[in-house]
Amino acid sequence: MANKTLETLPEATILFAGDSGDGMQLTGSQFTLATAYAMNDLATLPDFPAEIRAPAGTTYGVSGFQLHFGSVDIRTPGDEVDLLVAMNPAALKVNLDRVRLGGTILVNSNAFDQRSLDLAHYDANPLEDTSLDKYRVIQVELTRLTRETLKESGLNQKEIDRSKNMFALGLALWLYSRPLEPAESWISRKFAKKPDILDANLELLRKGFYFGETTELFVTRYEVTPATLPPGRYRAIQGVHALAMGIVAAAKKSGLKVFYGSYPITPASDILHALSRFKNHGIMTVQAEDEIAAVGMAIGASFGGTLGVTGTSGPGVALKTEAMGLAHITELPLVVVNVQRGGPSTGLPTKTEQSDLMQAMYGRNGDAPLPIIAASTPGDCFEAAYEACRMAVKYMTPVILLSDGYLANGSEPWLIPSVDDLADFEVEFAAEPNAEEDGAPTYHPYKRNSGTLARPWARPGTAGLEHRVGGLEKADITGNVSYDPANHEHMTHVRAAKVARIQQEIPPTEVFGAEEGDVLIVGWGSTRGAIEAAVARLREDGQAVGSIHLRWVNPLPPDLSDIFTRYNAYLVPELNNGQLVRMLRAEFLLPFEPLNKIQGRPYGPSEIQQHVMGMING
Amino acid sequence: MADQDKSKKRKPTLPPGVGAKKPTMPPGMGAKKPTMPPGAGGKKPTMPPGAQGDGASGLTRADFSSDQDVRWCPGCGDYAILATVQRLMPELGVPRENTVFISGIGCSSRFPYYMETYGMHSIHGRAPTIATGLKASRPELDVWIVTGDGDGLSIGGNHLIHIMRRNLNVQMILFNNQIYGLTKGQYSPTSEAGKVTKSTPFGSIDHPFNPSAVVLGADATFVARTMDRDPKHMKEMFTRSHAHRGTGFVEVYQNCNIFNDGAFFQFTEKDSRADRTVYVEHGKPLVYAGGSRGLRLEGFSLKSVDLESGSLSASDCLVYDETSRELATIISRMHWDPHMPQPFGVFYQEERPTYEDMLHAQVDDVLKRSGTGSLEDLLSGGDTWTVG
Ligand SMILES: Cc1ncc(C[n+]2csc(CCOP(=O)(O)OP(=O)(O)O)c2C)c(N)n1
Ligand code: SF4
Ligand SMILES: [Mg+2]
Repeated sequence: MANKTLETLPEATILFAGDSGDGMQLTGSQFTLATAYAMNDLATLPDFPAEIRAPAGTTYGVSGFQLHFGSVDIRTPGDEVDLLVAMNPAALKVNLDRVRLGGTILVNSNAFDQRSLDLAHYDANPLEDTSLDKYRVIQVELTRLTRETLKESGLNQKEIDRSKNMFALGLALWLYSRPLEPAESWISRKFAKKPDILDANLELLRKGFYFGETTELFVTRYEVTPATLPPGRYRAIQGVHALAMGIVAAAKKSGLKVFYGSYPITPASDILHALSRFKNHGIMTVQAEDEIAAVGMAIGASFGGTLGVTGTSGPGVALKTEAMGLAHITELPLVVVNVQRGGPSTGLPTKTEQSDLMQAMYGRNGDAPLPIIAASTPGDCFEAAYEACRMAVKYMTPVILLSDGYLANGSEPWLIPSVDDLADFEVEFAAEPNAEEDGAPTYHPYKRNSGTLARPWARPGTAGLEHRVGGLEKADITGNVSYDPANHEHMTHVRAAKVARIQQEIPPTEVFGAEEGDVLIVGWGSTRGAIEAAVARLREDGQAVGSIHLRWVNPLPPDLSDIFTRYNAYLVPELNNGQLVRMLRAEFLLPFEPLNKIQGRPYGPSEIQQHVMGMING
Repeated sequence: MADQDKSKKRKPTLPPGVGAKKPTMPPGMGAKKPTMPPGAGGKKPTMPPGAQGDGASGLTRADFSSDQDVRWCPGCGDYAILATVQRLMPELGVPRENTVFISGIGCSSRFPYYMETYGMHSIHGRAPTIATGLKASRPELDVWIVTGDGDGLSIGGNHLIHIMRRNLNVQMILFNNQIYGLTKGQYSPTSEAGKVTKSTPFGSIDHPFNPSAVVLGADATFVARTMDRDPKHMKEMFTRSHAHRGTGFVEVYQNCNIFNDGAFFQFTEKDSRADRTVYVEHGKPLVYAGGSRGLRLEGFSLKSVDLESGSLSASDCLVYDETSRELATIISRMHWDPHMPQPFGVFYQEERPTYEDMLHAQVDDVLKRSGTGSLEDLLSGGDTWTVG
């Protein structure tokens, strides 16, 4: 065994990059699992092309998986990469600017042949000139070592070459002193029915691990000690799965059945995939013929006393718009999930963005305000989904739940919530007539609860409560069709007031960082980690900077004005061209400053940190 | 139309919850009428003795009329359809509270407001989607869809074909007036080519849809056509469509006396009706014009023949078989042909599992295999670790 020094790091960022067919997502998620076992805090950023199998070796076919982990609080997938594992020249070309100066680049040197260099548009081999001098480059003959290891495996050349990510994974696990067991047991489960592939993968994984141990290429091995997370039971969770489980939790706690109608679209399809497996948890799913049908089915289910939920991304929400107005005027519970992606139109379908906030706020005909709740971390998708369902039923209204591609695909350690600690979710269906007409009992579908302004929910099948709802304006209380001008104005106000009442459900806004001072950062959705990491660094530098993060974007929390008076300036970072910032300016008439990134990638904390320093230094 | 049910031959009706074809269904699950046409009801369980007593629900037409003023134009064919449905309801034996009418947008789609049942007047073209969500999640409800030729075939064409292939056990009534009524008289997808309307001052250049051919193409399991001027036949078609377990599609030729008056008069009015229509009935020869003419199958098409010259009689005519998809296609394609009668009746019926039955069978199967899922287990599934 070679003599290695062991260096302890507080945190590290690693990026696996290669062809779409190189298995980088799998490699990344297995490294994540091992990191979770090592009890580090972590955040991930899978980043893949829109094409399923782009031509091999091209820059646009590069797929990446970035992981930031540490013994300290990890809030983002990392500003800069410490170790880039590049399976080919294209992966190096695309990701080099993400590697910190002095960082390590591990390349599959066998992949740097002329053809691959040409495909990546390299004029010269970067391994042979000075272009990588500012980095520590480690060349490993991954293809050759893999072939050698598996020459007796009985697998064909293609199968062998496809497995080289396992060697890379083993090597990376060794380099950061991660356990092999999670990947081993995953491989054993995954290939249980293909023993030759199973054996080959296990052998490669271990070969990669011991290669690190024996090769002269590495003199230092790293370790990252466990993070001090709050005590409890954890699992690594991806945003989509957290969101799906939040819906299941809503079904369980309320006793309602849930109907999920959806039409496949990246990055929302995984919610449908997850929920369609949960048939024994009171969830029905239908893959509809389009997004309009999906939301229509959900509304039909809600009319029947089932909780209707529909999930999609921005283009799908555009199609659901008219039906969302119907759910608003019929005052039926409905949850519309938007896993946002780069727009407009098809935009950047596999990349993240926060550019559908205006669509959520204003994207309907007529005055049709809807509550909007935004998840802020992958694990938080669980609670946001649960709250969305709870409020939809309590206030008899559609609720928009905003997630995004980064939250959906990203993962983090998640303190598994206790079912008993979930907020109460009680449902009361109308059981008997609630009014009298000419001395006879009758049912008034728009007679409201004075606390929430919600109308009663009467399930078909309940005798005596037969009633009609619909898109035409309804007279208050009786629910009869009404063209009365004063009634229309009144009903418009009542529907808006009902949505605004959700303010009473919003807990006091918590300030992160300085309670008063120079700059207040106001954020919403998936930028939370980057904003708070930036604030933490700014505080370490002695800056009077704080941040608040909006869980409900509509209605806004009632206590914001008070908080705003305590700061001199306001910054609103968003992954769009300035949407929340416009809402805040209109609402509070204060000089909110926008900070915008529209590149399909999340913020790194330093981008926000630098901007705030610019504001402070004038 | 007011004297239609003067004979009041009480159809045998069933008490709520009795006669559900699947005996395992929850009570109130919309007893379907047990009497099936020959050849169509082989699998149905026979009714228990005594179940077919008189007037099960004890309800009348008035019990199904809401207190809302009906606002269609005087003389509109929609009135006859509403009256027929309201008369039919008490006979079906489905509890009022288990009945739901769902419509889209259009004159026709105002229908639910006039029914004292549950109902939703939704958005243009989308009624089948709402009905799908409702029926799939609450199979015990009796769901009716009301749509128009624009609503169902234009903006909602996609949903129409998909509900047919899924085969939910609902009824769909398509009010075909070959015009956009509510938007004041533009041509519709069923308007004849060349039609001059507000939006086609020089005549429409669109080739029209033939609704029954469209739904047959979408693998509908029940396809029928009737007309507003023949309430007795209309009621029979609705009854059959209701008895059918699957999506029961009934196209009704409906006169819009304001924007398309007389569109169907050749089929509906006394002087021309006999010669211009043929009523298809399962197991019966295709004869029309008071028995003076009949239809014979020659190759893949029907030929109209004279039955009075003595050389041919009714027994030489094609005996209709509503279980034949081929005949249904041939009959439905006999469409607005000036030399042939226009067909009415049940063109096609087929038994196929319903969507909601399969959906719940799948749920039950998973429950049987895995038991009721535990939220705790789900949350803590996968690889976990403990801190502290
Ligand atoms: C999204 C949308 N587009 C257009 C309309 C306007 N519109 C209302 S009814 C209708 C056509 C109705 O025609 P049809 O379905 O034949 O019903 P009819 O009025 O003839 O019974 C149209 C175009 C609408 N309400 N919604
Ligand atoms: S416009 Fe035509 S279809 Fe509409 S109510 Fe009047 S007559 Fe009937
Ligand atoms: Mg019409």
